[in-house]
Amino acid sequence: MTDASLPENAAASPAHRSLNTVDARTRKRNRAEARFRAYGIAAVATGLVFLVILLGSILFNGVGAFQQTFIKVPVYLDPAKLDKSGERDIEAIKKVSTFGYTPLIQQGLFDVVQAEGIETPLAKPGDMKQMISPSAAAQLRDTVIANPDLIGQTVEFRILASSRVDGYLKDRVFREDVVRDKNIDVEHLDIVDGLVAAGVIAKEFNLSFITGADASESRPEQAGLGVSILGSFFMMLVVLALSLPIGVAASIYLEEFAPQNRFTDLIEVNISNLAAVPSIVFGILGLAVFIQFAHLPQSAPLVGGLTLTLMTLPTIVISTRASLKSVPPSIRDAALGVGASKMQAVFHHVLPMAMPGILTGTIIGLAQALGETAPLLLIGMVGYIATNYPDGFASGFMDPNSAMPAQIFEWAKRADPAYYERAWGGIIILLVFLMTMNIIAIILRRRFERRW
Amino acid sequence: MPATWLVLIVLALSAIGYVLGRQRALQSSGGDSRALHSLPSYYGWHVALMALVPAMGLLAVWLIAQPLLVENTISGQLPDSAIPESSTRSLVMSDVRRVAEGLDIAVSQGAMTTDEAATLRSEFTQVRERLAEVGVALGSDVNPAVLSAAQDYRAMSRTGNLMMTVAVLAIGLLGFVYALSRTAPQFRARNVVEQGIRALLVAAASVAVLTTLGIVLSLIFNTLEFFKLYSAWDFFFGTTWAPSFGGGSELGVLPLLWGTFYISLIALLVAVPIGLFSAVYLSEYAPRKIRSVAKPMLEVLAGIPTIVYGLFALLTVGPMLVQIFGDDGVGIMQASTAVMTAGLVMGIMLIPFVSSLSDDIINAVPQAMRDGSYGLGATKSETVRQVILPAALPGIVGAILLAASRAIGETMIVVLGAGAAARLSMNPFDAMTTVTAKIVSQLTGDADFASAEALVAFALGMTLFVLTLGLNVFALFIVRKYREQYE
Repeated sequence: MTDASLPENAAASPAHRSLNTVDARTRKRNRAEARFRAYGIAAVATGLVFLVILLGSILFNGVGAFQQTFIKVPVYLDPAKLDKSGERDIEAIKKVSTFGYTPLIQQGLFDVVQAEGIETPLAKPGDMKQMISPSAAAQLRDTVIANPDLIGQTVEFRILASSRVDGYLKDRVFREDVVRDKNIDVEHLDIVDGLVAAGVIAKEFNLSFITGADASESRPEQAGLGVSILGSFFMMLVVLALSLPIGVAASIYLEEFAPQNRFTDLIEVNISNLAAVPSIVFGILGLAVFIQFAHLPQSAPLVGGLTLTLMTLPTIVISTRASLKSVPPSIRDAALGVGASKMQAVFHHVLPMAMPGILTGTIIGLAQALGETAPLLLIGMVGYIATNYPDGFASGFMDPNSAMPAQIFEWAKRADPAYYERAWGGIIILLVFLMTMNIIAIILRRRFERRW
Repeated sequence: MPATWLVLIVLALSAIGYVLGRQRALQSSGGDSRALHSLPSYYGWHVALMALVPAMGLLAVWLIAQPLLVENTISGQLPDSAIPESSTRSLVMSDVRRVAEGLDIAVSQGAMTTDEAATLRSEFTQVRERLAEVGVALGSDVNPAVLSAAQDYRAMSRTGNLMMTVAVLAIGLLGFVYALSRTAPQFRARNVVEQGIRALLVAAASVAVLTTLGIVLSLIFNTLEFFKLYSAWDFFFGTTWAPSFGGGSELGVLPLLWGTFYISLIALLVAVPIGLFSAVYLSEYAPRKIRSVAKPMLEVLAGIPTIVYGLFALLTVGPMLVQIFGDDGVGIMQASTAVMTAGLVMGIMLIPFVSSLSDDIINAVPQAMRDGSYGLGATKSETVRQVILPAALPGIVGAILLAASRAIGETMIVVLGAGAAARLSMNPFDAMTTVTAKIVSQLTGDADFASAEALVAFALGMTLFVLTLGLNVFALFIVRKYREQYE
């Protein structure tokens, strides 16, 4: 019965449909599909390209800070200038200020230039001033005071070149720009070229960038991150000592003991909201409570640490609660079943099992705190020139200091472009610290993670 | 530092307490721990905690309360005549504190004897010169009233410190002796210790509440102080932001809010499409290998500190944009700091934020819904657009709102990348400034908290706090309200 009508029906349908021939509508849908997929790939690729550009420009701009231009100069430590009495009396030698040393260095460099046979219209030793870092005189003075017997000898010193010379060797300062520059002339650059060829001036690895102190605005070649690394270190000690115990205690209470009531709800809402409060608001809190109200010293790592503790607490509480939650209830039940009290079950069994997760969360929280800048600006850690190492443990907490990100911000604000290189270099150091902490966290997680 | 020593002494006391408590418990039961109610170590802990916790609590309270009390008393005793016309009581008090500190330093360096510091009279001695010798620089000559107030201040602080030492040690010893005397085989040491520990846990959990309370109170008090000096109407509806520390500032918040929203808008325009498409691709399309590489790499962007983004905006993105849109190119961009610079970089920072939140939400959509859609013949993209995204929409909107709240509160990128000029302009290549950037610029530098120009920062902070909190609460509300229907 159907046999006869089937061909007619088939003929009535608009077209022969086959899965092998793709009709217009399917083609359109497939195109839409491919487009959508391409958008996805493009989005991921854009994100990754941004990451590469960011990391690339950090590396490209920052690596230079780890190298610095040094000049090797033999300096005759003239007894007539440095020790007029001739008695090598240390108090008398100390009376000679750095101004007394400057001409000796200039004379030394001038002699080198003459000896190398570099032709220059600069005929006075005083003309060498622009090539030498102002820090060199202090370096000489410290050496002589430490070892007065050197007076009268010719000693070879490795002194810092001025930041313009350094910039010239690093392609930051060009001959065309120098014409308008008061700090250096083209003639100096000619000498520099000659001395580089003679091996007197050379770029070398600059350890004092990592370990040294910050310098005043006019001598970027001398500035280092060391003191502010110590500042960050003391701050992190405060954060660790406070936020780990308080955070873990709070999480244990909320996760294991808290009854369902208003107070518990209040705490929970508070913690989740605090995690989303902008960091600058914590800075305002630190300023108002710790400095305005409690009169703690400004710029002290203690205050920075306290402020960052409050900021890190929610992070630590959230991750600690997650890892407490992941310990299965059977552990608690077993402990309770053999007669342990609730407290014993938690402290003897649940907490040790949750420890790797807690540590991971703590390290990540610390890494966040280490990179945080905004709250530190408000409690006075910027604008302070961190030139002194703390004297000891107590002064490390109480004396004014800077912190790594605050120091980087400070450098970024200074007018001299030589400081930009320093800021990028500082970022490399900061990122190395952060990366190390995160890698430790990942290793901890991999090593101790348990699947129940 | 006497406080440090006190802490160490009390800690030592509590350590001794542990040993003694444990020994005494064992002795009282004749060395048989089965006769005791609790394990011996609980008796030790009982003594240790009783010696430690009350003493430490008292020390903490005392350390906070004493300076306030001394301050108030001295400030109350200062005669009105000691306060110059142009000055205020709080400024004179800060002088008093400085002189007192100076005298402390002078005594500790041996430049003055204790008696001399306490009886010094400014009529007879050049106090300023004497203090300058030990490295304490004073702005002006010391007024006799200030000097005697400073001496009172020192005397009170010293008495206070002495009393504190005595009280803390007494409380510690009292707890020690009391706990030790209660140690007996019938004593339920474990229950008492566990109650104590529980109380400590509650205290730790309350820190969060205290922090919020601290934030709210410090913002509210200082904001009210500000509104006494400057009208609230002019603050909220003023269209000019021109602070001048000499007085006569105009502090309208509207230009700052406009800058904040404009920058956040650009940031979201960058972050939301990229983040959302990445999340869709990584969770629906990408092979496992690509996902396992690309997802963590995108999340690296979230772990980079904001100062790095700030520098990136200032030194890389800004100059690059100027080359394209500056006077050599299109000619609409004057300087490298602009709304566009900050917005673009902030957008990059927010990509992982949007993508990982959306990723979680998309993964939470039940597989059955996808299977149903495929079964009806839909392609993958049709499934994503017509099934998964509508199902995940509340969560995604929540994620975007959270990203917006983060953009509004972001500080370092705008401080370095957005410029300092507050203006109402539509051109995204103009320099503008934001609420957070102005908080920083009003509160760094000289900290005279009494002026409207400094106090305005607290009002700005309050605005920021309310805005971000509102956004967060709204985001959570949306997520909670619409989530259940797909579970």
